[in-house]
Amino acid sequence: MRVTNELPVEGQITEGKPKMIRVSQGGVAAAISGAALLLAGASAARADSTITIATVNNGDMVVMQKLSSEFEKQHPDIHLRWVVLEENVLRQRVTTDIATKAGQFDILTIGNYEVPIWAKQGWLAAMDNLPASYDVDDLLKPVRAGLTYEGKLYGLPFYGESAMTYYRTDLFKKAGIKMPEAPTYEQIRGFADKITDKANKIYGMCLRGKPGWGENMAYVTSLVNAEGGQWFDMQWKPAIDSAAWHKAITFYDDILKADGPPGATSNGFNENLALFASGHCGMWIDATVAGGMLYDKKQSSVADKVGFAPMPTGAFVGAPTWLWSWNLAIPASSKQQEAARTFVTWATSKEYIQLVAKTNGWVSVPPGTRVSTYENADYQKAAPFAGFVRKAIEVANPNGQTQQPRPYQGAQFVAIPEFQGIGTQVGQTIAGTLTGQTTVDQALKSAQAATERTMHQAGYPKN
Amino acid sequence: MSATTDPDTASFNSEAAATRKVAPFLVMPSIAVLLAWMIVPLVMTLWFSFQYYNLIDPSARGFAGIDNYAYLVTDPDFWVSLRTTLVLLASVLVITVGFGTLLAVLFNQPFPGRNIARVLAISPFFVMPTVSALIWKNLLMHPIYGVFGALASTIGIQPVDWFAQFPLASIIAIVSWEWLPFALLILLTAVQSLDHEQKEAARMDGAGPLAQFFFITLPHLSRAIGVVIMIETIFLLTVFAEIFVTTSGGPGNATTNLAFLIYARALLQYDIGGASAGGVVAIILANIVAFFLVRSIARRLEV
Amino acid sequence: MRETPMQRLLSFILGWGTALLLFFPIAWMVLTSFKSERDATSPNLFFTPSLDSYHEVFARADYLSFALNSIVISVGGTVLALLFAIPAAYSMAFHPTRRTRGTLLWMLSTKMLPPVGVLVPIYLLFRTAGLLDTRSGLIAIYALMNLPIVVWMLFTFYKEVPNEILEAGRMDGAKTAGEVWFLLLPLTLPGVASTGLLSLILCWNEAFWSLNLTSAGAAPLTAFIASFSSPEGLFFAKLSAASTMAVAPILVFGWFSQRQLVQGLTFGAVK
Repeated sequence: MRVTNELPVEGQITEGKPKMIRVSQGGVAAAISGAALLLAGASAARADSTITIATVNNGDMVVMQKLSSEFEKQHPDIHLRWVVLEENVLRQRVTTDIATKAGQFDILTIGNYEVPIWAKQGWLAAMDNLPASYDVDDLLKPVRAGLTYEGKLYGLPFYGESAMTYYRTDLFKKAGIKMPEAPTYEQIRGFADKITDKANKIYGMCLRGKPGWGENMAYVTSLVNAEGGQWFDMQWKPAIDSAAWHKAITFYDDILKADGPPGATSNGFNENLALFASGHCGMWIDATVAGGMLYDKKQSSVADKVGFAPMPTGAFVGAPTWLWSWNLAIPASSKQQEAARTFVTWATSKEYIQLVAKTNGWVSVPPGTRVSTYENADYQKAAPFAGFVRKAIEVANPNGQTQQPRPYQGAQFVAIPEFQGIGTQVGQTIAGTLTGQTTVDQALKSAQAATERTMHQAGYPKN
Repeated sequence: MSATTDPDTASFNSEAAATRKVAPFLVMPSIAVLLAWMIVPLVMTLWFSFQYYNLIDPSARGFAGIDNYAYLVTDPDFWVSLRTTLVLLASVLVITVGFGTLLAVLFNQPFPGRNIARVLAISPFFVMPTVSALIWKNLLMHPIYGVFGALASTIGIQPVDWFAQFPLASIIAIVSWEWLPFALLILLTAVQSLDHEQKEAARMDGAGPLAQFFFITLPHLSRAIGVVIMIETIFLLTVFAEIFVTTSGGPGNATTNLAFLIYARALLQYDIGGASAGGVVAIILANIVAFFLVRSIARRLEV
Repeated sequence: MRETPMQRLLSFILGWGTALLLFFPIAWMVLTSFKSERDATSPNLFFTPSLDSYHEVFARADYLSFALNSIVISVGGTVLALLFAIPAAYSMAFHPTRRTRGTLLWMLSTKMLPPVGVLVPIYLLFRTAGLLDTRSGLIAIYALMNLPIVVWMLFTFYKEVPNEILEAGRMDGAKTAGEVWFLLLPLTLPGVASTGLLSLILCWNEAFWSLNLTSAGAAPLTAFIASFSSPEGLFFAKLSAASTMAVAPILVFGWFSQRQLVQGLTFGAVK
């Protein structure tokens, strides 16, 4: 026999040549044993600690993945395995994993929506005893507050965002109008009407319209808060069929129908970004993270014509507006707590921000996490919108009150597990008003009824 | 074959009898693994469907009775979603089988470059659903930067806002594009196997091309059409990615099918009880569809 | 064939017209992959082609390891499904019982359950069995997923084999296993091959289980795609490049095996 351990496939085929059938049997066996060998190879034990990091595919995380070779150089005993997925797939993936305690990941990238909910379940490891060099007090206060549960931090912020108003300075100049320092929704409506020029495919106002709790409902929730509305009253009764919601949705519908782009119901953040970057939007109210992208000449054809303003205000000034942060957290079930913590503190540290600045320039550093970033003169110079972003985050007020008292937290979302489902369903209904499928009245009635159903099914009010 | 000169042919009778006894059991391994695959999750799903079980809130466990089912069935969107599921299924079947048949006949005609044209035509079948949906939504159908909109503008028509004006039709178009090549492939093979002499005879009898198509080709294709319908139905009942990427079930409930409804009402908030009840309902629906389908097709398939 | 030149011309125009129409979205995707992100948001035909997106995609993800996983899992799942399906289809085709028809239908109906409804039960099972993020786990799930279709297609092929051939074989003393291996397989090889091809394509494009049951080790090309779709920011060019790369292997494979697929199918299921 010429058969060796290394080459079972070749050996058997040569041996079996005279009999055709044997070949195919051998082939199958070889294929299976081949697959088994590959499997064994993949799961071969490693001496050092290997940590698996689940993260979303947004630009800042891609940079982190690229720069992680620096980390591995500093810590030769820690090996990193990356799972990079788009937001929705990743959320489903890590939620299933942590809730079933399957322990596939050592580091999770999750939003400030998940952190307190998961911390409450005891699924996350607390981030206490951070080294002094980490300077935990440097973290922006509202961001830090969003990651704190019962006085302890359960995730470290990688980047954070609020929302602001983007507008085209050239169009405003041409129309002879000026963006005030603190615009109101009424003023915004007037501006949108003035700069809309449908013949040239310029639409005065772009807003999210694609149904989803993190898509259109993020903006709508913020708008409703601004008009003095809220999702639930203190008894957890939905407050959707209310005057404030009516006012907000009517505004939303009117401005998008009069001044919005076609296809609004399938536009989410990315679609609107593409529209603004290619010069089709006069104004756009959305996440601050878009600032860096609109300012980037490689992505945006309007880079030198973008103006920034705070989010408009409505009837209730000081309402929660918008605060989102992507954070790194460690599952309580991870067996590599120490190594994972080493990486998490590295990736959210001041040194990491310096490293990004050094390799990619200051404009590319992960925003919205540290006071020191915003106080850095180089950053202020490279990112002229930085001041707006810091201000927007500081007034985002996610744990503050709506006009009427509310039993929940969150600015552009409701921090309860049921909100993903509720938000998406109400989002569909709201999108229906944009296409004229239903009236605002009908839509809010049916959204109210549907939310009552869901809350009842989920066992609210809970005590 | 080596068997021809086998010395112990004497025992063939008993062995043939043994074959007859053993053979029916050869189906057992398949059935056993499928049973395991089917029964274990099914039992778990059934069990969970009668429980309050939210993955994110483990505090509220307990027996739910028929609450989860009641919640789903009394959802005003539930019946709409059933209708959407069936409309989607029926439309895509009609489109793919109809055009598939015509294209199969067409691609059976000789013309220069036929093989390359065939290969191009079946290519969409190899593209992943998520990718197809993203391409169609953003690069083709988007009213501002899509190709269709640009074409419409150049001939002076207002670009159509597909997903707002014709949401379900747009989804049907995308799904049909994905499955038309499959129908074409199967039907083409059937057309190719059509007996030439039969056709010649018909032509001698003075049958025109239309008569040939309706009286010879189409009956011959009935079995292949059955195959297409069967396999496509399996996949069309659970269309999800195309809807998720493009409309997220909206606007309103215009594109919410059963798979999306289960996702949105239950899985999105990790209500395992609700998702399981949805799963059970989907199985029941699948079996009803399968029952009717099979009654109409199976006889032709000589099962 | 006695087509007139006019008929040939008509077939030519119609045939190529529909072919190009159906292929257009794919062609457009490939074209977009050579655009810059800025150009990708306009339907413009004129742009400076660049390989930037491909560079970016290669720099960010280990394409080859994803592709290898896809190949191993798809081939493994298909082979395993065939191993189970061949005896089952044989038994149903040649030794039918009263329950055969019901069994077959039941098998097919197992395919109609939306996977979103059973994600958590399956995830719990996989966790317990230690199959999460393993190729063997996905191979098993793909084999099971495609088993009903594979059994059913093979069944239709086997139905075409005249029983007399098997009878003759039995006269010659072939045993059950021999019957399958020596008589049936060679006769129906084209059919088995095209069933396998179909199953391969279905495995390759499956994007629910492959995303939800893998993490870093066994993730196939569908996960590779998911790391380029819908980030915050423009992504059409990069997504097009990644998709082109993910689709290319199966597309080229499909092109080459197309004749085989058609030939095999002609024999059985659809004759």
